[in-house]
Amino acid sequence: MSKVIRVVTLTIDDQEVTGREDETILTVARQHDIDIPTLCFLEGLSGWGSCRICLVAVEGVPKLLPACMTYCSEGMVVHTENEQIKAYRKSILELLFSERNHICSVCVSNGACELQALAQKCGMDHVSLPYRFPSYEVDSSHNLFRNDHNRCVLCTRCIRVCDEIEGAHVWDLADRGINAHVISDLNAPWGDSETCTNCGKCVQVCPTGALVQKGTAVAEMHKRRAFLPYLNAMRGNHG
Amino acid sequence: MSRTIEIDPVTRIEGHARITIKLDDGGNVDDALFHVTQFRGFEKFCEGRPFPEMPSLTARTCGICPVSHLMASSKACDKIMAVDIPPVAKKLRRIMNFAQLTQSHALSFFHLSSPDMLLGWDCDPAKRNVFGVIVEFPDLAKMGIRLRQIGQSIIAILGNKRVHPAWMVPGGVNAPLTEEKRSQILPMAEEALELALKTFEWYKGQTSNFAEEIEHFANFPSMYMGLVTEDGELEHYDGFLRVIDHAGKILHDKVPTDNYKDIVGEAVEDFSYMKFPYYKPMGYPQGMYRVGPLARLNVCDKCGTPKADAALAEFRALQNNSGPVTSSFHYHYARLIEIIFALEKMLELLRHDDILSDHVRARARGNRSRGIGIAEAPRGTLIHDYEVDEHCQMTKANLIIATGHNNLAMNAGVKQVAQHWIKDGKIEEHMLNRVEAVIRCYDPCLSCATHAMGKMPLHIQLTDASGKVIDEMTRG
Repeated sequence: MSKVIRVVTLTIDDQEVTGREDETILTVARQHDIDIPTLCFLEGLSGWGSCRICLVAVEGVPKLLPACMTYCSEGMVVHTENEQIKAYRKSILELLFSERNHICSVCVSNGACELQALAQKCGMDHVSLPYRFPSYEVDSSHNLFRNDHNRCVLCTRCIRVCDEIEGAHVWDLADRGINAHVISDLNAPWGDSETCTNCGKCVQVCPTGALVQKGTAVAEMHKRRAFLPYLNAMRGNHG
Repeated sequence: MSRTIEIDPVTRIEGHARITIKLDDGGNVDDALFHVTQFRGFEKFCEGRPFPEMPSLTARTCGICPVSHLMASSKACDKIMAVDIPPVAKKLRRIMNFAQLTQSHALSFFHLSSPDMLLGWDCDPAKRNVFGVIVEFPDLAKMGIRLRQIGQSIIAILGNKRVHPAWMVPGGVNAPLTEEKRSQILPMAEEALELALKTFEWYKGQTSNFAEEIEHFANFPSMYMGLVTEDGELEHYDGFLRVIDHAGKILHDKVPTDNYKDIVGEAVEDFSYMKFPYYKPMGYPQGMYRVGPLARLNVCDKCGTPKADAALAEFRALQNNSGPVTSSFHYHYARLIEIIFALEKMLELLRHDDILSDHVRARARGNRSRGIGIAEAPRGTLIHDYEVDEHCQMTKANLIIATGHNNLAMNAGVKQVAQHWIKDGKIEEHMLNRVEAVIRCYDPCLSCATHAMGKMPLHIQLTDASGKVIDEMTRG
């Protein structure tokens, strides 16, 4: 006998809303046109909850919770923005910008980058932390695409889309913490990957200028993501 | 006894420089060195980057002439791709470069140099700036500001940004010209040409006031280098390198830009971060040559447009038609002629039938391991020389900047001015002003030349024969 999914009533930003108990706060908020910023989340892929940009406050819970990973419950009272949340989001963005080499002005994704747009939206106009300036390589070995680790935010969208939609599972994370980085196959150059189908889905879902099409000059990399809901619908996925 | 005099406002040159003037036992000037004291390392941090990023990356060297770097870099990338870009793309790149030439020359002439000429060498430094010119000569100042505004506006119309537009890309430009944009640009270019002609007419009447400066401001024989077309006409985008000697004799002609190393060598001195390019067949330091507006007008046979050619005839008469114009003071004169030329050419290009064509970009991946892009920046010949690996990532970049070519000549110019005006071993305000002004003739961009950043105070030291500092002045 299948489990019964209940419909619950909750409050988000003083607005009484209803949702299913297997839906996240983020999903229900967006259904009701309540905006919560996200970075690692992408509609059509499984949740990951790593970036913490979508943190919200739930009354009665002492810590902030990621809206993309927290399910609705009856009577829940959610606040999507307060001074603490704003400060946390700015701090997260400062950490991301200082961690690798995000130089917007000379990036192929300048003007079409989710990280850049988030910084503008959240008012992160400077980075108070010292930049790390790490020396990451650029992998241009693939015939069509490029992986610039300098611009990666470890959102894992590429890993998920390749695994869940394309079914190739080229990408993975290697190492931990500050040393974590995306690898193709068993840490082989992308161009040598035997599993990559050259479909380019990873490039299109990447929020920054990390995975890009070759031959693009500065500010020319515009990602196209219309394929994701279509493919999900065709395959009977519900995201 | 050593003394330091602070002078405010900051001097009107682009870069951070220091000057040392050495006196002999008799208190006369023995030598003068122009030190550029900043370092930035663009060539190094470009390594490892994909070559299509290079135009925008190297454009960040400078906020005044980013278009020049975009152009030279895009040309180097075209070579790496091994493509011949669509003819319309070349025309569009030229139009943006002419807009850049107009705005940069207007900046140099009106904003940076005209205060010296109009307000006098002994004028209070607090007033000897473009605001002082606005007060004393409002009509002239308005013309200068408008000319620069038009140049910048045309760049913005074409590239959507006044500074660092990303419109020029490897293979061409990333968007065609629209009829709407052309109809915006045309009247502006026509207005600018009128302003440039008016300015030129006015300036011709002023030169007699500067006879002493013309005589002693880096007025010496040297070689000159610049691009010319196949027919020997003035050229800023393509063409061949030509080098002439002090008498106007052609030493090297029709040098393909890929062969620039046959004629240009680079020396390094421990007193400056700016390299010292020299004419290779002559060796260092004898191979001193000048580039920029003065050099370009000296090396070309003619401009190729009616109004600029008429002005060129008057320019040649400055030297009694007896050879190259030698005084660096006449860089100003040459700049005004080049503005006229740029606007005439721009109007001509805008009226071409095919200028609105959509075919503005060639696409290819890297097909060669090396690409050399050479163009004429406002300040002179600009060279971008790139090498890439099998994945088209940069392994080496060498940028030879216009101001660098003039390094030997600027040093010689400072020495000449110092020798003429320092009489009793003391630095006086008017002398400092003239030393600054001789450097300003070249309109140097030291930030470009060292690919470095920093403010631009001028620091002059006077040392005796033993090297002891006996007097110094700092401004900025």
